[in-house]
Amino acid sequence: MLIRLIVVATLLVLFTLVSGAFDKSLKTKNFVPSRFQLMGEIALNFVRTNIAHDQLGKKDGDRFLPLLTTIFFIVVGMNITGIIPGFNVAGTSLIGLPIVLALAAYVTFIYAGMKKHGLKFFSNALFPAGVPLPFYILVTPIEFLSTFILRPVTLALRLTMNMIAGHLLLVLCFSATHFFLFESEGLFKAFGAGTFLFGFAFTLFEMLVAFLQAYVFTLLTTVYIQLSLADEH
Amino acid sequence: MDATTAAGLVGNIAVVGYGLAAVGPGIGVGLVVSKTIESIARQPELAGRLQVTMWLGIAFTEALALIGLATPFIFAA
Repeated sequence: MLIRLIVVATLLVLFTLVSGAFDKSLKTKNFVPSRFQLMGEIALNFVRTNIAHDQLGKKDGDRFLPLLTTIFFIVVGMNITGIIPGFNVAGTSLIGLPIVLALAAYVTFIYAGMKKHGLKFFSNALFPAGVPLPFYILVTPIEFLSTFILRPVTLALRLTMNMIAGHLLLVLCFSATHFFLFESEGLFKAFGAGTFLFGFAFTLFEMLVAFLQAYVFTLLTTVYIQLSLADEH
Repeated sequence: MDATTAAGLVGNIAVVGYGLAAVGPGIGVGLVVSKTIESIARQPELAGRLQVTMWLGIAFTEALALIGLATPFIFAA
C-alpha cells in the first residue's frame, strides 16, 4: 500500500526534525523549548511516563521504551490516515501490518520472560502456583491458549477490526448522503443533511479511536511484558 | 422451503449472528465502565490508575465482539 510508504516517510521526517530541535537546544544551551519542540516532547513523554514508567517502573520501562515508542507512533500514524480526506483508508485496516506489530510484541514478551526467569518462564506461565494438582488438566491448556495463542491473535485482530468497522461506518454515512442528495426525490433530500452530520460526527469519533487503539495496543504490549517479568509468589 | 424463506425473510443470516455476538461484550463493557465510574466517585484521587485498568478491561472484553466481526473473513467459503 502506497499509504503506508507515505506514513513511514512522514514519520521519519517528523522525528528527524524533532531530534534536530533537541540537538539544537542542547548545543545552544537554550532550554526554553520552541513550540515545535514542545509538541515532540509532549508526544514522546506520553509514551515514556504514562505507559512505560507507570506499568514497568523506571528501569525496565526505559529498557523497553524504544519498542513501545515505535509501536505507538506507527499505529497512530497508520490509523490517522483513515480519516484524512484523500487517503480515506487506514494503513492498519489490512491485517498484514498489525500481524507484524503483534509478532514484535509476542517475541518481546517471551524474550523478557526468558531473560529474567530462563526456561522457568514457561513452567510459571503454564503451571500457575497454588492450583490443586488434578486441576492442571484443565488449567494448563487454557493458560497455553490464552497466553501463547490468543494474546498475539487478539492484539492483531483488535486493531484491524476496529479500523475496518470505523471505515465501514464512514462509508455507510457518506454513501447514504450521496444517495439522499443526488438520487432521491422531494423531502428525502433533507435526510442527506442528517446522514452528512452523522458522517462528520463519526469522523471525529474515528480520530479518538485512532489514538485510543494506539494507546491500547501499546498498553497491552507493556502489560504482557510486565506479566512475564513479574516474580512468582 | 428452508427456515428463512418460511419466515418471509431475505438476506444474510450472518448479520443476526453478529448481532448475537455483540450482546455479551456490550453488557461486559457496560459493566466495566459503570464499576469504574462508581469507584472514581468513591475515590477520585485514584482516577488515573482506574482509567488505565478500565481501558485494559474494555480491550479484553471488546476482543470478543471483534472476533465475531472477523469470523466471516476467517471462515469464508
